[in-house]
Amino acid sequence: MSTASVPLPNWITYGLIPLLNLIVAFFISGLVVWWIGENPFTALRLLIEGALGRGDAIGFTLFYTTSFIFTGLSVAVAFHAGLFNIGSEGQAYIGGLGAALVALALDQYVPWYVTMPFAIMGAALFGAGWAFIPAWLQAKRGSHIVITTIMFNFIGAALMVYLLVNVLIVPGKMAPETRTFLPGGQLPKLDWLMALFGAKLGPAPFNVSFIIALVMCYLVWLLIWRTKLGYEMRTLGISPSAAVYAGIPYSRTVIIAMLISGGLAGMMALNPVMGASARLQVEFVGGAGFVGIAVSLMGRSHPVGIIFAALLFGILYQGGADLSFEMPNITREMIVVIQGLVILFAGALEYMFRPALVHVYQRFKRA
Amino acid sequence: MSGFRKGKARRVSHNPAIELVGIDKSFGAVHANKNIHLKVEKGTIHGIIGENGAGKSTLMSILYGFYQADSGEIRINGQALSIKDSQTAIASGIGMVHQHFMLVENFTVLENIMLGAEGGQLLAKGVSSARKELKRLEDEYDLKVNPDAVIEDLPVGTQQRVEILKALYRGADILILDEPTGVLTPAEADHLFKVLKVLRDQGKTIILITHKLREIMAITDEVSVMRRGEMVATRKTAETTVEELAELMVGRRVLLRVEKGEANPGKILLSVKNLTVKDSRGVTMVDNVSFDVREGEIVGIAGVAGNGQSELLEAIAGIRKPSSGEILIDGKPIANADPARLRELGLAHIPEDRHHMGLVLKFEEYENAVLGYHRDPKYGKGALLDLKAIQAEAVEKIEKYDIRPPNPRLKTANFSGGNQQKIVVAREIERDPKALIIGQPTRGVDIGAIEFIHRRIVEMRDASKAILLVSVELDEIRSLSDRIIVMFAGRIVGEKTPEADEQTLGLMMAGIAA
Repeated sequence: MSTASVPLPNWITYGLIPLLNLIVAFFISGLVVWWIGENPFTALRLLIEGALGRGDAIGFTLFYTTSFIFTGLSVAVAFHAGLFNIGSEGQAYIGGLGAALVALALDQYVPWYVTMPFAIMGAALFGAGWAFIPAWLQAKRGSHIVITTIMFNFIGAALMVYLLVNVLIVPGKMAPETRTFLPGGQLPKLDWLMALFGAKLGPAPFNVSFIIALVMCYLVWLLIWRTKLGYEMRTLGISPSAAVYAGIPYSRTVIIAMLISGGLAGMMALNPVMGASARLQVEFVGGAGFVGIAVSLMGRSHPVGIIFAALLFGILYQGGADLSFEMPNITREMIVVIQGLVILFAGALEYMFRPALVHVYQRFKRA
Repeated sequence: MSGFRKGKARRVSHNPAIELVGIDKSFGAVHANKNIHLKVEKGTIHGIIGENGAGKSTLMSILYGFYQADSGEIRINGQALSIKDSQTAIASGIGMVHQHFMLVENFTVLENIMLGAEGGQLLAKGVSSARKELKRLEDEYDLKVNPDAVIEDLPVGTQQRVEILKALYRGADILILDEPTGVLTPAEADHLFKVLKVLRDQGKTIILITHKLREIMAITDEVSVMRRGEMVATRKTAETTVEELAELMVGRRVLLRVEKGEANPGKILLSVKNLTVKDSRGVTMVDNVSFDVREGEIVGIAGVAGNGQSELLEAIAGIRKPSSGEILIDGKPIANADPARLRELGLAHIPEDRHHMGLVLKFEEYENAVLGYHRDPKYGKGALLDLKAIQAEAVEKIEKYDIRPPNPRLKTANFSGGNQQKIVVAREIERDPKALIIGQPTRGVDIGAIEFIHRRIVEMRDASKAILLVSVELDEIRSLSDRIIVMFAGRIVGEKTPEADEQTLGLMMAGIAA
């Protein structure tokens, strides 16, 4: 209470505090690793090597990062308007349908760069559409957005399984997936970008979606801090009563914020569907929507923070997969524990060290 | 009686209840308390006055253990103490009644009083002993409350009484009251003062933080004045005057009266006809109210807080939908217009509650300088905001209204109350509206800023604007208004000129006479 109002320089707030949180999270993870009988330093080395050690490892890390940037932005945009969108997972899933339909329709006729803008729009539209119903219910009926978006994740998942098993499946095949897109429906890999840094991408599916994600980061920054709509969203998010006073229409702002949020989640599908597997498969989102919540929280809902947080989770995802492969004692579940610890310390307990740092800082400054 | 008390106070003067020696505290670049020395005699009421941001609250927070002083010493009953947290403060016999009550709204009085002092894991035993102790305190200090009433059902004055009882229950010998009358009706305030006098006569020591000079004169024995983090003077109340204190507070001579010439009313600009407004529970708050406001006049609405004035303002501002009746601006009905449309029609609104309505406290100053007007093309074409233009205009207003610190990039929460209010006033007045509706223009605002805001309001009137003013400060209504409408229980009970005496108006406000 007593130190919350003391201002700290930005390098402490945005640099030192997150770093400390991360170190503590890794320290406790290390204890857990040690407790199950493995060497934590070896584990850390394996994790980092697995995520950043080789060209293809970096490629996989950045591939996951790309997905997390989209879902992180999705959660952040809604959050700025005071809405907790838990539904990025389902919106991304439905967004995949939009992207796949565009790819299936155009891939035989045009090259990828013509398909791409339509696929972006398709993915965003479908994702936004899936967010619209919870948004409308919140705006007009007061149904809590957290509850409705969670439920829409389940409905979306069931709907996609139905569509893939009964409608989109290739006749005569067993796998519930669409046909493979032709190159006109695929987003090319960024091997040239890796080559600039002298690394070989290998089989990693790091693709053009990454650039789309970075463009979206810029556009989200522009939206939130430079547009009238963003100003209205932030006003509503911080002070609903001030928004009423200022004549900011509640329903309209809520619905637009959720449409943008859903659209960004939908775009996440471009990465796995068109950039990696070149077909629509069941459960391709794989939890990225939920990771987006942690990414947005850690990144303080700011695009730059989101890029770094997404990168961290990309490293944990890719390095963790490698680690559980190299150290059979450390299972997938252990990796989830480590991710959970990172979320706990960097997200939920982000201000834990602040009071102590304030004291140290004040003493240091006086001296 | 009072002669005896004063004698007693003099006799114990070698043993002050509180002594602060060289207290110093900084927050970053802000030097909130500079080398403060203060002695509070046992068994007296000691007032601390100062403008908002003068450092009163910081000083009391240090005394109560919320903050630690950077240097200096606190002595309680002559003993040097290090007050690390509020538990230590409570253990040393210090109790605090905060401006915003620290009560659990849906707990009973008894539950609130026990909170933090439950005594053991099982409640039953604690409850019965707390009930007994509460009864004793009530009798001893004449502080009647129903121990089983739920807090949210109680009037504000009674809630405050619970806060005082809570402090006494924990054995407080020294009571700190932070702006205690800000939320009270005049009658409730009078009762509070009676209670404080009883407490003093029973030997308690009371520190009263306020910016209302009248209260200081009415009940304190001694008064200390703070200005910009420094303790500039301590006086015996009997040996000082309102004028001297005001000058000490502001650091220059202040006009306590509003100077204004004759009103020159023109055509009717704002008209309210048979307006009825219900609150969210469906209770009628404004009941069939009609009145007009002309160009070039200030119409004041007097009334005890909670008699429908807030709802009336909100209905005119488009925030609350009236259930029946008409509101007209310039002859055009606006009852269904939203606040954005009303601003376009030339209606500006300074809301009663700047923290929840008038400002977004987490925004930087310049962002609040356009709240509600952000869609105006002059703040950016199309979808984008022109931050340069907005900031340039914010800087102009900061200069014109002497908003301090003069930094448009500072978070609004970091401005003092008076400066925050100036941000709102500057925004609404500088739009050059046709009509201006104002709620509590100077609530929680320091004297220097009050004088400034009052002058601006009169200037608006002289520029032929129609002004509707709601305030619970009767002095403010009387000194600013050209006509006074009195509201009681949602109805207009009468209209008076500002020359009407305070007693007549007071009776009307109480619903007794018309």
